[in-house]
Formats: sequence, C-alpha cells, structure tokens
Amino acid sequence: MKTSPFRALSLAVALLSAISCARSASTIDLSTSPPSPDPRVGLKAGWWDPGVAMWNLNHVSHTPPSAGFTNASTPGDGRLTNSDLAFTRTWVFQGNYSGWQVWDVSNPAKPTLAQAYVCPGSQSDVSMFRNLLFVSGESTSGRLDCGLQGIPSADTVSHDRLRGIRIFDVTDVAKPRYIANVQTCRGSHTHTVVTDPNDSQNVYVYVSGSAGVRSHNELPGCSALAPEQDSNSALFRIEVIKVPLANPERAAIVSSPRIFQGLTAPPRHGEMPADAEAARARAAARDSAQAALVVVDGAPRAGGGGGGGGSAADRIRRGPTQCHDITVYPAIGLAGGACGGYGLLLDIRDPSNPKRIGAVADSNMSFWHSATFSNDGSKVLFSDEWGGGRAPRCRVTDKPEWGADAIFTLVNNQMTFKSYYKLPAPQTSFENCVAHNGTLIPVPGRDIMVQSWYQGGISIFEWTDPAKPREIAYFDRGPMDATKLVGGGHWSAYWYNGFIYGSEISRGLDIWELKPSAFLTRNEIDAAKLVHLDYFNAQEQPKIVWPAHFSVARSYVDQLVRNNGISPDRSKAISRELDKAENKSGAERRAALTQLATQLDADSRSAQDAVRVRALASVVRDLAK
Amino acid sequence: MERSAQPLNVVVLLALIALAGCGAGGGTAARRPAAAPDPAASSRLPILTPAELARADSGRGVYTRADVAFMQGMIHHHAQAIVMARWAPAQSARQDVKVLAARIDVAQADEIALMQTWLRARRETVPDPLAPPHQMAGHQMPGMAMSDTLMPGMLTADQMKRLEAARGTEFDRLFLTFMIQHHEGALTMTHQLFSSPGAGQETIVWQFASDVEADQSTEIERMQSMLKTLSQGRSQ
Repeated sequence: MKTSPFRALSLAVALLSAISCARSASTIDLSTSPPSPDPRVGLKAGWWDPGVAMWNLNHVSHTPPSAGFTNASTPGDGRLTNSDLAFTRTWVFQGNYSGWQVWDVSNPAKPTLAQAYVCPGSQSDVSMFRNLLFVSGESTSGRLDCGLQGIPSADTVSHDRLRGIRIFDVTDVAKPRYIANVQTCRGSHTHTVVTDPNDSQNVYVYVSGSAGVRSHNELPGCSALAPEQDSNSALFRIEVIKVPLANPERAAIVSSPRIFQGLTAPPRHGEMPADAEAARARAAARDSAQAALVVVDGAPRAGGGGGGGGSAADRIRRGPTQCHDITVYPAIGLAGGACGGYGLLLDIRDPSNPKRIGAVADSNMSFWHSATFSNDGSKVLFSDEWGGGRAPRCRVTDKPEWGADAIFTLVNNQMTFKSYYKLPAPQTSFENCVAHNGTLIPVPGRDIMVQSWYQGGISIFEWTDPAKPREIAYFDRGPMDATKLVGGGHWSAYWYNGFIYGSEISRGLDIWELKPSAFLTRNEIDAAKLVHLDYFNAQEQPKIVWPAHFSVARSYVDQLVRNNGISPDRSKAISRELDKAENKSGAERRAALTQLATQLDADSRSAQDAVRVRALASVVRDLAK
Repeated sequence: MERSAQPLNVVVLLALIALAGCGAGGGTAARRPAAAPDPAASSRLPILTPAELARADSGRGVYTRADVAFMQGMIHHHAQAIVMARWAPAQSARQDVKVLAARIDVAQADEIALMQTWLRARRETVPDPLAPPHQMAGHQMPGMAMSDTLMPGMLTADQMKRLEAARGTEFDRLFLTFMIQHHEGALTMTHQLFSSPGAGQETIVWQFASDVEADQSTEIERMQSMLKTLSQGRSQ
C-alpha cells in the first residue's frame, strides 16, 4: 500500500509541531475569531486524498485500516465500517463491523497493527477492563464462531447466531482468547462497562440495543410481547451482565431493570404562547425562550397507562423500549441514559439495580444517543443522532438544534436545559453528519470536549458556560465522494493520555495533538496531559483528578487572564511568584508557595472570579506539601 | 464455553462453507434466487478476510428478494409521508405538529435517497417515489402483496383527500392519527422484513430497517402524546 498523503502531511505537521513546542510563542495563533470564511466549506472530495481543514490542532498521524479490513475497490462498504474505540495502556482497540483491530500507539506518529481479529457482527462496540475486551454484537448475521458467512438464509432460528456480548481475554494481544458470550434477546448495539467503587471482585456491563427481539426458539425466554401481555417481555428494559473477574467466562445476566416504567410526559416546544405558559407553570426557574423540553417525573408512576386508546395503533408504546447508550459516572453514582425519545438520569450506586431518578424529553431531539457529564457532575450533555449517522444532517438547510447536542445543568438531580451545540460548519449533502461520540478533554477549570460528527469531522468545543458553548478547534476532511453520499467520517473522537484519537469509518485511525491558541494555552494543554489513565472507555467516565503541578496552577492563572477574573497586575505578579518558586527547591520552595497561597486567599476576596482564585490557591497549597 | 479461536484459520474454513452456501441465495423453495452477485463465481480463492469477501462480491454483500422488496416498497411508503408532511406548514394550527412534520419531511427524503442509492448500486429497479404504486403498470409492487393493494399503514385515496382538505385542529387530529397509522405500517414492514428468511442481514438494510424501527417508534410515542393533548383541548 502506497504511503497515504495524510501520512506525509502528518509527518510534516508533526515536525512543525515539534518545532513549535520549543517555546516559540510567536507561532501561536492568538486570534480569538475562527478562520473566516470557514475552510471546512468546499473541501475537495476523495477517499484517500480529500481536502483537509484544521484549526488549533496538529495532525500527528493517519493510519489506514489494515489490509484485511480495507476493500480498496468499494469505498464505504458498510461491512468494513470502523466503529468505536477503547484504550488500555498503549493499545487502541478499534471496533469494526467485521471484527476489531488493535493499534500499538507507543509512538503516536506511527501506530503499528498489533491485531486484526476477524469476527463479524455490528457494531462491534468495544470496551476494556484490565485484560478483558467486551465486544457488542447486534446484527442478525453475527456468528458464535466468528465466521464471515452470516447465518444461512433458511435459518430464521439459528443456534449459531451471536447477539449480545462477546468477551475476550487479551492478556496477550497477539493471541486473544475468546472466552465467553452472553446472549441477549435484542443483541447489543452498544454497552457500558460499569465498575462499582465498593466491589473489586466484579465488573458489570449494561447492554443497550434497539433492534428487534429474537425468537424464543432461538434464545429461550425472549418475548416481544408488551410487558402487559408478558411480564418477561424483552422490551422496556436493559440487561445487566455481571462479570466475576476471577472467572470472567461465568459472566451472565443478573438483572433486567425496567428503567422506563411510567415514563409518560410528552416532549414539548416553547415556541407558542401556550407552551411558554405551560413551561412557566411547570418550572419558574427554567429558561423559557428556546426550551423545547420538559422535566419528566423523577420516580416511576404506578399504573403507567400513558398510551390510552387501546386500538391497534396504540399497541402500548409508552416511552422507549431500550437505550441507545448509557454513560456511567461511578464516582458520583450517576448514569446518563440516552433512551429513545428521552434523556434519563439513573442512580447506579447499586450497579445491578439502576434506578431512574430523572428524565427529560425535547421535541428538537429525535433519537437520544449518548451522554457526557462535566467532571464536577454539575452538567450533562446529551447528543441526538438524528438519522442514525447515515444521513447528511449538517447541511445549510438543517436546523442548528436538530441532530445536535443538548446541554443541561444538573442540580439536585434536576436537569435544566441551557443550550444546543451543533457543528458550526455546514457540510454537503454527500456527507453523513450528525452529533456522535466524544469525551472530555481534561483541562482543569473548564469543560472542554472533543466530539465526532462523522463526515463533519471532529469539533472541539467549550461548554463551561452551558448557555454559550463555542468551538475552539476542529478537523474536517472533504466528502468521500463528490457525486453521492458514501459512508465515512469519524465515528468517535476521544482524548486519551495526551492525544485525541479518532476512529474514521472508512479511512482508519487519526491521532491529533492540541495546539496552543487564544482559546487554550500551552499550560492548559500540559495540565491536560498530566492526567494518565490505565484504561479508558468513553461510556465509563472516570473522575479526573489533577496532580499538584505548576502547569495546573498556571492553567488557572491563564484562565484568570482570559476571563479578566483578576486584575492584570495581580495575574502578572502571581505568574512571577510561581516562576520564582519553581526555581527554588525544598524548604525555600515550600515557603514561597505557602506565602503565595496566603496571598491568593486574600485575592479571592476581591477577585471577579473568586472560585477560580480559590482553586488556584488550593493547587499552590498542594504544591507546597 | 472455553475457546481459543484462531480467527483466520477458522475463517478460512467457514468462508469456504459460506461460498458454497451463498450462491443458493434465498434458500427456501418459494423464493427466487438471491439478487446478490455470487461470490463463488467471482472468486476461486479461499476467502480469509472481510476485505477479500467484500472484493469478491463487489462490496454489495449478500441480500435477498425480501431486502429488495423492502427497499423498493419503503420508497413509496416514505413518499406518501412526505406528501402528508408538506401539507402541515399551511394547514396545521400547532407549532409542534409543524416541527414534527418538517422533521419527517427531511428524514424520509434523505432515507429515500439512501434506498435509491442502495438499489442503484445493486442494479435493482429504483422506483420513482412520485409515481403512486397502484398505478405502476403490469404487476404488483413489492411489499404490497400482503394486504389488498396498499402497503401496511398507507393512507387510502379517501384518507389522503380528507387530510388534504382539513385545516387547523381538524388537520392536526387527522395528521397525527394518520401518521401514527402510517408509522405503524412502517414498523409492520420492518417486522415482515426481519421475519423473512435470510432478509435484513445485509449491513445497510439491517441498519436502515433498525433505524426505521427505532426512529418511528419514538415518533409514534411522541405523536400519541400530542394527540392526547389535542383531544383534551390543550395546545402544546
């Protein structure tokens, strides 16, 4: 395979970045306005040689899929779709509709293939826990033996079929061992590994899948009847798998919580006078203008009965029958469930019995896709994958609140809508584009996220102010094809130990590095890079804790300068004191830092941004220890 | 079950078995041969990787007549929903109905393009969404076989006339009622697809049909809620 132009480009970029890293502040783009006109508009199409637009990022590498997973003669073959990513140590696990690949990213500029495991079954959503790899299988063609042939046409019931979770032991990535399957009635579109802070013996897997229920002849106990007709219905529930770490091959379903029970309230708009009135009546504090939502009852209501009617058309469709994705945040005991037409808040302190404690619906949101919490748990962002990722939903004609993210504050388990965020650059009708997977970038003191938008590329944006999200960096390629929609683009874009990794559906694996800009300083990037995780699944949010480090302190100073949170004189003086203290050692350094912390306490009483000054004082105090 | 899969070796064997099986296509006697290109005919080499399989069948995958009928039928089904949705801006009294209709219009127009692309790539007949299925000359339209002349949930000519003539709250009531009926029909079509032997396995058909199921169930629920508030005389 010839060297991809991307690779040549990325090498050049990597070299440039190496140069710019040598503290030459003059190369930093300090403009506070994005490039105009937006260079993402009008990019040249091409599978391997598209035009590229990039802002405030370095493209470290692009690696095409391995030979066994690339059909060079058919662009956009759905069977070779690269899907989600999971991380452990220096390995990136990349799901594919035909199996999964493992990349060794010890050198992010040159990832090397460590494994290409053939095992068809969409969507091969992947998660890690220590030596275990979990892979989702949903499609009806997935086989227990990982065969490529699908299920023979005549077999509507097949005992060769796998729909559920595959478990591999990848202690040796070169020789994975396929150790267990957990079959479920609806298969697994996505799943979430859940750790229990109080249980080191087990991990749990929440299984989400919106596809049809299979026959009870294929998997005993499966029922597609409504719960009213069959209390064992596979609808209106999620599955919880318990994985004993000492014997992972004994993984099994331990509960099927009915977290949707009694969800009755309809989604609304705030666009008509009557709506605004109703909204005011419901919650005086809520932003009324654009709020196309309603906070639904927290606890399940007895009786349910929301469907009314009783005609065939009413076939008891009350609320979602499944979730698309559940993001758990074990450190705060909460999960965000993106389930049908609802965003749910779950209490997961007992992981095998998640309980719904809140729900929102929004008539601008179609199919709730996934959730991301702010690190402090005070906000939650839900994305809407309108069109399932196969449609072009970022055209000039597509409304900015459709196929977007909805940002909520989270206070006492109450979610309150604040704003929508959507990729701000219009895409062509030949680019599938909608909100998709992303994660936080661990910059202390700010909520910054990287998110994939399929052929819209990746967008890095800040939502510290939940009412005013704004983009601060991006990467975008032109369409796969100039004449028709050929599937491609970024399925996922996640931060992991200092780099951003993107799974490109048709083009492979991308790796980027953040570049200092007016929106993000070198100190803030260095502070983000201090955060080291042994493994990472985007659906299992870790609590980010920054070590005491000068770059963390300087991040806060940079932020105080940026938001005028303290007087310019004081910020300059604080920077000088930090420099001086860093040049000292031992007791002298401790004394200087302790003195600075005391000054900061005093500063916090008059500073515009007292909260940040106190956070700074706290880091300085930790540095003095 | 402890297994130490040697994936490639296993795959070699299975792929060979698959090659033998694929050519038979539809499988059951009643079915016509699969429309898919026969991988065995285009490749004599053992298939080891997904890429080789993809090359062998020109990236089209194995699909059945039921898949083709579903994609062709759903084009007409969607086309009717779009006609209904485009009446809403002028005839509806409710903003939420207008928003819903606008979303149905955009979503289903995109999906028609997807279905057309899929059919075209497989050199199957691509129906003209504007031609009413019952006026297509010669033979029955795919997907229409099971009930009278219309696909499940499709409005009769009379129902369409009533909706076209309705205004204000009456339009909203009819629109929601008929669109629920229409969406339920789409769900019936996906259920029929998935219960046809071998159907719904091709990647795009699988994803698209699953999306229809998820999206339209969500919309039905939303419309039922709206209809309920309408019958209670409340404007939302």
